[in-house]
Parts: sequence; structure tokens; C-alpha cells
Amino acid sequence: MAEVRLEAIARECRVQILRMLAHAGSGHPGGSLSVIDILTTIYFGRLRHDPKRPDWPERDRVVLSKGHAVPALYSVLAKAGYFPEKQLITLRKLGSPLQGHPDRTMLPGIEAATGSLGQGLSISLGLALGLKLSGSAARVYCVLGDGEIQEGQVWEAAMSAPKLGQPGHPLDNLVVILDYNKIQLDNFVTKILDLEPVLTKWQSFGWPVVEIDGHDVPQIAKALDQAEATRGVPTFVVAHTVKGKGVSFMENDPEWHGKAPKPAEAIAGIREILGVTEGGWEDYLKTDSATRAIVDELVTLGKK
Amino acid sequence: MPAKASRAAFGEALLELGARDERIVTLDADLSKSTMTVNFAKKFPGRAFNLGIAESNMVGVAAGLALTGKIPFACSFACFVVGRFETIRISVAYTNANVKIVGTHSGIAIGEDGYSQMGLEDIACIRALPNIGIIQPADELETRQVIAHAVEHQGPLYLRLTRQNLEPVCPPDYRFQLGRWLVLRRGHDVTLIGTGGTVFNCLEAAKLLEKDGITADVINAACIKPLDDETLVRSVGRTGHVVTVEDHSIAGGLGGAVAETLADVLPMPLKRLGVQGFGESGDAKGLYAKHGLDPAGIAASVKKFLNR
Repeated sequence: MAEVRLEAIARECRVQILRMLAHAGSGHPGGSLSVIDILTTIYFGRLRHDPKRPDWPERDRVVLSKGHAVPALYSVLAKAGYFPEKQLITLRKLGSPLQGHPDRTMLPGIEAATGSLGQGLSISLGLALGLKLSGSAARVYCVLGDGEIQEGQVWEAAMSAPKLGQPGHPLDNLVVILDYNKIQLDNFVTKILDLEPVLTKWQSFGWPVVEIDGHDVPQIAKALDQAEATRGVPTFVVAHTVKGKGVSFMENDPEWHGKAPKPAEAIAGIREILGVTEGGWEDYLKTDSATRAIVDELVTLGKK
Repeated sequence: MPAKASRAAFGEALLELGARDERIVTLDADLSKSTMTVNFAKKFPGRAFNLGIAESNMVGVAAGLALTGKIPFACSFACFVVGRFETIRISVAYTNANVKIVGTHSGIAIGEDGYSQMGLEDIACIRALPNIGIIQPADELETRQVIAHAVEHQGPLYLRLTRQNLEPVCPPDYRFQLGRWLVLRRGHDVTLIGTGGTVFNCLEAAKLLEKDGITADVINAACIKPLDDETLVRSVGRTGHVVTVEDHSIAGGLGGAVAETLADVLPMPLKRLGVQGFGESGDAKGLYAKHGLDPAGIAASVKKFLNR
């Protein structure tokens, strides 16, 4: 039952991702769609937090180090109740707290400014260590992009994490998830700078590594449980994902790393995400007023 | 008080403050014996973290610690820690993380180790970032007060410290305030502004100038950001001439900050003294003489500037 609910939330979030990106006219759909199942499983399956008290000291922390996928995070935060969903379409607009990349000072619920790749793991180490030093039971979830781990700072942090805080305060309250969608901005990761063998690299740095399908909710949940049960060291999860997952014309195409869908493309994508045939679309919309409103709004946007 | 390096005064102050405030933690990148946090690490081993020779990670870990309520002092040579500018820019400044970045071994005064170890562009880099203040104390007394202030101050700071000993310049009753400069000597003809190790040299230069009938206001500009525009304008408005003296690149440091402020509010004849080009190996005294930052060099530049 729980996984059906999480999968339904992930579908709704995918719809919101396409919606907000179309309204913004720029942004990163591919990596947002690849990471959304991971984020929804964390936020709605595991996270101890309170959207009404975003600065609650005992909250678990999420650091989306691949900050360009922030539309996914915004969709999840809105769904959780940090801000109204109608605010999603202010993404990237002047004066909006929904900055193009996360800004901690502007939006409650954002734990760290990210987007300059390679920095989120170090911040997560500091968060995990600080929580341990304070005697807190809170956990830290850090999500890295695959291209991102080409950054040198990631490997400084990777080398440090299994040793930092030992022996009194080991960072076993930290789990790091690699959104391994195999594509970066310029091209396929293998064509730019191959990460392989990525598992043994992290293992050799002292991390227990779990390998999963990053779109399979039960597998994600199980990996997070495994991490929580691990004592003495942080856990690294390699989540194999598909860039643009859920929208056929975006899947596995480097072109959709950093290009927003046009309103008509967003509508086509939303229909696919909801699993409705082209012929059945009008009839479907009569039964789903929320999606109807989103589609109408996109149609209006397309006429502008 | 005997002369003491501000890094040494920092290490002692941290030891005292750390005993009173459990939130204080230190981070180092294999230079704790040089940044002088080594004694803090001995006394509070559970609150001192040596991240190895990995300054970017050190700065990021400090940001994360700050976000959980700790007060991290992230320490290395000025050039190495500020060299991780992009991490400071996003993880500390933009995040507004309450990190105290400590850069020791600032300036050509470190001498023999040569340019690669000299913090010479650090002020210029950090000045460009919103949210972070820049403080460079001039002697032991001021350093102790600056460190105590840094613990109380909510928000990131960059603290620029010296390897070399600093002669006392501040009066015993001096109290440091953020954004406040200290006028150490009064004169009529020129305003001499130093920061850190050059404050003492400015005072010595003022004595030399007095023999030639030139009197100088001498200011200790410990706060480079925010700078004390009120004291600056009041002094320069009276003397009509201003000379800045710093052991930092001539571009973008104290002189740059003073030039920008005066250009906005009170354009006045200004001479900036600082380091031209790269630094080099040599004895500190010889290097200061070469760059005109010793008392005789400062006095000569002032006379030339005033056409006297």
C-alpha cells in the first residue's frame, strides 16, 4: 500500500515538474525526472520533518547537491506543505523564492544552497557531524548527480566521510544517493568522463555501497532502511536511473538536460505520465479537475 | 605586552573561549601547528577536526556544522583557504553559514617560503562577496577581542592573521567594534591608514615624518569590511590627503576599498601602498623595504605624494 501511495505522489510531482518548467521557460527536466522517485521516497516514506516548523532542530536534513534538479525538490516541498502548489509556477521569476537553483535564505525547507556542483556532500558531512556532536538522532540525506562526482571536492569528502568523527561520532547518520542517469549537460557521461567502476571506487574509500533501481520505490526504501541499520560508517547508494524518466521523448536524451518543455510538450508529457492515451485524453480530463486546471493554464500559456 | 603573532594570539584566545562555549569547533587542513589551533585540538580533541590537505571539503564541512548551530573556525594559510573561493562563495556566503574562516600567513611578511605560500589576494576575493565581513587585527590585544567578537557575531567572517610577531599598537582600554576604526595618532597633513602588521609601520613612519614637519592621522583599519566610512571621511576631510598601507596586493585590498568609498562620497588625493606583482622569497625586512612598506619607505612615499 505504502509504495502505491509513493508512486502516486511521484506521478503528481512529475506533472508539477513539467508544469513549472514550462511556465519558467528554462530549467532542467531530465535530471528532475530521474531523481523524483528518490526524493518522494525520502520525503514521504522516511523523512522526520515538520513543514510548519522548517527550523525544527531535530528534523532530518535533505541536501540536493545536484541543485539543477530543484524543480523536483520544489514539487516535493509543495506537496509536503512547505508552500502552496500554486507558487510552483513562480519558478525562476523575479522576486520568487523558487530560485533557479536552491537558495537556503529565501525558501524554508531548503537546507543548503547548491547548484555549484560538488559542494553538497561536504555540507552534508558537516550537518551529520554537527547533529552527532549535539546528540541528535536526526539523519542526513544527500543526493548527488553522476556528472557532479567528477568534481574534485566530492572525492575529498568521500575520502573524509568514513573517518570523520571517529570513534565517538561516526557519520552513520548520513546516506548518500547517486542519481546515476548516465547523462550530463554536454553528452553521455561515458563520452565526457566515465565514472566506472563507480561502485568499487566508493567501496575502496571505505563506504558500504548498495546498488538499486532508482525508480523502484521498494528498492529505494529498502536501501534507506539498510543505511539506517548500518553502524559506524555512512552508506552510499548507487541508484540507476533514466534521465527524463516518464516522458518518452525526454528519456535518455542529453538534449533534455537543460531545456524546458514548451507548453504543448508539457501537456503531452503530462498525458504520458498519467498513462492516458491520446484518444482518451479529453474524456480523462473531465474526470480529473486538478489536471484539467494545469492543462488549461498551459494552453493559455501557449497562446501568449 | 611583548610582540606576538596574531595567529598565536588567536590560538590562545580560542583556548579560553572554547572552555566557555561548547559550540566552538576547529577545522584544519594539515596546518594546525601553523594556524595555532593545535593546542585547542589537544585540550578539546572531540571538537577539533583535521580534514587533511583538502581545503574545499574543510570549508564545506564547516558550513554544515554551522547550520547545526556549531561555531566552526575553518583555518589554513590565507592563500589556501581563500583559494577555495567557489566553496566559500556558495557554501558559506550565499548560504549565510555562521563560519569563521581564518587565514594565517598573510602577506609578503612570511618571507622565505615565497609567493605560493603568501596570502596576497585574499582580501580582494572576499571583499567581492556579500554577507562576509573581513577583519585583520593589528596586535595581540586586538586579536583577542576580534576572536571573542567572532564567536558572538552571527554570520560568516574572514579573519586575516599574521605569521610574524606584531608590536602592540592599541591602548590597553581599547575595545574592538565591528565597522569601527581606531585613530592612533592625530595630525594635520595626511591620513595614514594601515591594517594588521602595517599599522605599527605607519606609526613609525608618522614619527619620521614629524621630524620633517609633516603630521599624520594614523588609523588602524582592522575592519576592512565593513569599513568605517565615518572615521575615514572625518579624518580625510580634515587632512585632505590619504595614504593606505597594506601587506596585500595593491589591487582590491584596503586601498581599493578606501578608493571606492572616497570616490563615492568624498573624492580626495589618494596614494595606495601595497604589494606590486607576485611576492618572492627573502627576509621579511628586505621584502618590506623592496615594496616600500617599511617606515622609511612609507615616509618617503608620503613626502613624494605631498610634494614635500
